[in-house]
Amino acid sequence: MTAVPLLSVENLRTYFHGADGPVRAVDGVSFALQPGETLGIVGESGCGKTVACLSILRLVDHPGHIEPNSSVRLRGRELTDAAEAEMREIRGNEISMIFQEPMTSLNPVWTVGSQIAEAVRLHRGSSAADARARAIEMLGLVGIPEPERRVDDYPHELSGGMRQRVMIGMALACDPAVLIADEPTTALDVTIQAEILDLLAELQKRLGMAMIFVSHDLGIVSEIADRVIVMYGGQVVESSTAREIFDRPRHPYTEGMLRSIPVLTQKSQRLSVIPGSVPSPNRWPVGCRFHPRCPYVWERCRSEAPSLPTGTLAARCWLEKEPERRLGGHSRTPSSEAR
Amino acid sequence: MTEGDVSARNALVEVEHLAKHFPVRRGVLNRTIDHVRAVDGVSFQLHRGETLALVGESGCGKTTTGQLILRLIEPTAGRLLFDGQDTLLLDRAGLRKFRRRAQIVFQDPYGSLNPRMTVRTMLREVLSVHGIGRDNGVDDQVVELLGAVGLQPDDARKYPHEFSGGQRQRVGIARALAVQPDFIVADEPVSALDVSVQAQVLNLLADLQKSFQLTYLFITHDLSVVHHIANRVAVMYLGKIVELSDADSLFRNPLHPYTRALLSAVPLAGGGWAHERIVLHSAAAGPPDSATGCPFYSRCPHPEKDSRCRSSAPPLEPKDGDALAACHKL
Repeated sequence: MTAVPLLSVENLRTYFHGADGPVRAVDGVSFALQPGETLGIVGESGCGKTVACLSILRLVDHPGHIEPNSSVRLRGRELTDAAEAEMREIRGNEISMIFQEPMTSLNPVWTVGSQIAEAVRLHRGSSAADARARAIEMLGLVGIPEPERRVDDYPHELSGGMRQRVMIGMALACDPAVLIADEPTTALDVTIQAEILDLLAELQKRLGMAMIFVSHDLGIVSEIADRVIVMYGGQVVESSTAREIFDRPRHPYTEGMLRSIPVLTQKSQRLSVIPGSVPSPNRWPVGCRFHPRCPYVWERCRSEAPSLPTGTLAARCWLEKEPERRLGGHSRTPSSEAR
Repeated sequence: MTEGDVSARNALVEVEHLAKHFPVRRGVLNRTIDHVRAVDGVSFQLHRGETLALVGESGCGKTTTGQLILRLIEPTAGRLLFDGQDTLLLDRAGLRKFRRRAQIVFQDPYGSLNPRMTVRTMLREVLSVHGIGRDNGVDDQVVELLGAVGLQPDDARKYPHEFSGGQRQRVGIARALAVQPDFIVADEPVSALDVSVQAQVLNLLADLQKSFQLTYLFITHDLSVVHHIANRVAVMYLGKIVELSDADSLFRNPLHPYTRALLSAVPLAGGGWAHERIVLHSAAAGPPDSATGCPFYSRCPHPEKDSRCRSSAPPLEPKDGDALAACHKL
């Protein structure tokens, strides 16, 4: 909290307004990103992680709406009320985003080179020849063999891993300060996934950009991120570091999620589970949103919603106030495998 | 389940030199110009009550293998025995009987359930098609099935969209169980589910296996799930099995260079990697087009790969105890 962060998100609320009242997909999310840092955002489907990222770039379509008093600032400059023209300048230039599906995020009727060059010409006003040279340079940077030849390929001529490399090349073509990677490896095979993770980590180091890495996979996030936030029910429920979150998870949701992951190196008879399923965003439970699935739940959790304290290590949970209850609840968890 | 003799007697499913080649057609005359060898000479056995995991990346032929075993598609070559009987020789009636014993659970619980049918209609249909619905107790059968997969009796009235992903997969499992099968091909049954729900479904599959003495062919790309659920593991690469051994030894001591690379690419929750990282370079050139040579040749990181690897395909043979691997360099 010393200098002005590169990107700060405060009390971000994105609601989708429908006939049955608002769907509170993102409901009061705050975090900050420092230059050169990687922030991991972890959560299951429907927790609001993707909508939060799209909200930063103001890419949420109607009926989605960023609610009043939400704030997204890039180097101190407010983006939620910036003019659309200003946002166009920022997207792809200062803040870039890559998506989960490299198959559907590229335009099938343009060559990959022309799609990268388009971003460069738009944002940098480069000549066609310079933009093409930049496209070739970017393809080389992301490890595509024979970039001079590949620049004229169409997306369907490339494999999934190669397409994701093209997406990364396109996102980085204008040297963004922030790269938002939304599940960039989920659609890829595990050996390709490892390659792409290595590539992202290496490029980040080399180019000095900050990165928001969104994933449902704690293993991947721990590999690439410095700090991690865990989302549940449209809110941040835990804020931690990549190391700390595995050794000492604070929120019962994080704890449950870690226990339910099968461990590659050991065989257990039974996996520990979080009972129930993720609630739907138009009916968040009252009180703590995790309470119907929580093994430690008591009266307070059912009626009062806990808040997220500030600080690097924090959890949105009443256990933070009454830690002695953690011991009581432990015996109620379905499995008691030692970790 | 150790001696060869006993295992032969205990084999429920026997797959011998199974192959499926899909034609590649081009041009106005739709001429066959080439074949994709999706499954290319695969042999293995499934013992009664065990879970064999079939592991590999997309396009390796694992799903095709599962569909071939169930005769959902017809093989190009090979032999398939189910409980000692050659399933490729079955007539329509025989095939229907076979389908009462061998079922499938699909990956996508969203796409594999009819959105216009309630759960009750869906399950009743299965029961009546196979003629096993009790005359005046079909609804009780439906309730029993739902109970077995952890759903409520009320859920019978619901449509697929009213369920969460995990519950939908439970419905898919109930549908497979309806005919009281001996054998289930589970094709990526938890890949589409969230981690917290994935564990619930894996536990359910394990429970059902115990209570109904089921044999599973568990198809997946996710290695961390494999060790948890499987007794033995077969690793596939470009249509061939490259390694086959019991789960513990495969995870402790992977033999084939591909298996080693695959294991090393899984990040551990908690940071770091289980094995020393071996980064495979994606074959930009694509799979080798000729049928000769080791299928893994172009991506193989082995320092001593040579002309023999390039020219002759290594057979799957015993390498270390009971473990089988297909590699000239082992």
